[in-house]
Amino acid sequence: MAKAKGKVIFKEDLCKGCELCTTACPVNIVVMDKDRINIKGYHPATVKEMDKCIGCGNCATICPDVVIEVERKIEK
Amino acid sequence: MSTKVFERTKGLTKKPFHYCPGCTHGIIHRLVGEVLEELGVLGKAIGVAPVGCSVFAYDYFNCDMHEAAHGRAPAVATGIKRVHPDSVVFTYQGDGDLASIGTAEIVHAAHRGEKITTIFVNNAIYGMTGGQMAPTTLIGQKATTAPLGRDEAHTGKPLKVSEMLSTIDGAKFVERVSVHNAANIRKAKKAIKKAFEVQLAGEGFGIVEVLSTCPTNWGMTPTESLKWLEENMIPYYPLGNFRTPEEVK
Repeated sequence: MAKAKGKVIFKEDLCKGCELCTTACPVNIVVMDKDRINIKGYHPATVKEMDKCIGCGNCATICPDVVIEVERKIEK
Repeated sequence: MSTKVFERTKGLTKKPFHYCPGCTHGIIHRLVGEVLEELGVLGKAIGVAPVGCSVFAYDYFNCDMHEAAHGRAPAVATGIKRVHPDSVVFTYQGDGDLASIGTAEIVHAAHRGEKITTIFVNNAIYGMTGGQMAPTTLIGQKATTAPLGRDEAHTGKPLKVSEMLSTIDGAKFVERVSVHNAANIRKAKKAIKKAFEVQLAGEGFGIVEVLSTCPTNWGMTPTESLKWLEENMIPYYPLGNFRTPEEVK
């Protein structure tokens, strides 16, 4: 069965740490990076287990600051 | 081979939004930008910005923009559309702007059937001025001018703008949507697209009311705000289409 694999790219310095993307992810891999602070002074959203991403685009859809870009590839 | 399924729309400029963390204005700006790009009308779109939190909307939309006095965006948009009938004219207004000081302008723009599109962002409070009660504030909801919560006996019930405008013949497209989760954001985009198609078909006035949040003035986190919207606003402001012309159904 073809499986969708996704990749999300965060433009980290636009992130305001609102956490809405973490609520929209169906596989719960979007987390706030508590170890780092971005240029605005927030803990930015990030994904640590990118291989679990299905490329649904929910995080980017709900992001109010257009931080996220999503790529998807189909693996046979 | 991977394909981009989501990237920043050309309908927005590169300027980062000034809105508070978690404010849904950013989502709604993006939806409007995406729709303008998809319809291929960025070159002939003219937006009218309101007064309120979205007063700097002219910096964010990648098309011609105009600023209007508080509440008067539909009147300014009327003028622009009548002088440039081939352009695509929209107003972007909040609830303080549209439902309070600008009630006369929106009602009569709809009544005259002006061929413009209005994006009405309803977050049930005045955001920019610091959380005062708006006509759309819910019963019991606290605001700086209603510290014990809105009292029906004193200030009446919240104004349902979509229901009101749907009784006017000139308003050809009226729909209420919400942006509290990804599925509803996609529905909101469809509604905004239809509203612009109504204008492109020359049908008449179109308005999309978008239920939105104000985490800062509601005193909640952004995620709590979305939950509050779903649990409190949607029961009072039911989502759905109130009017669509046959051509765009």
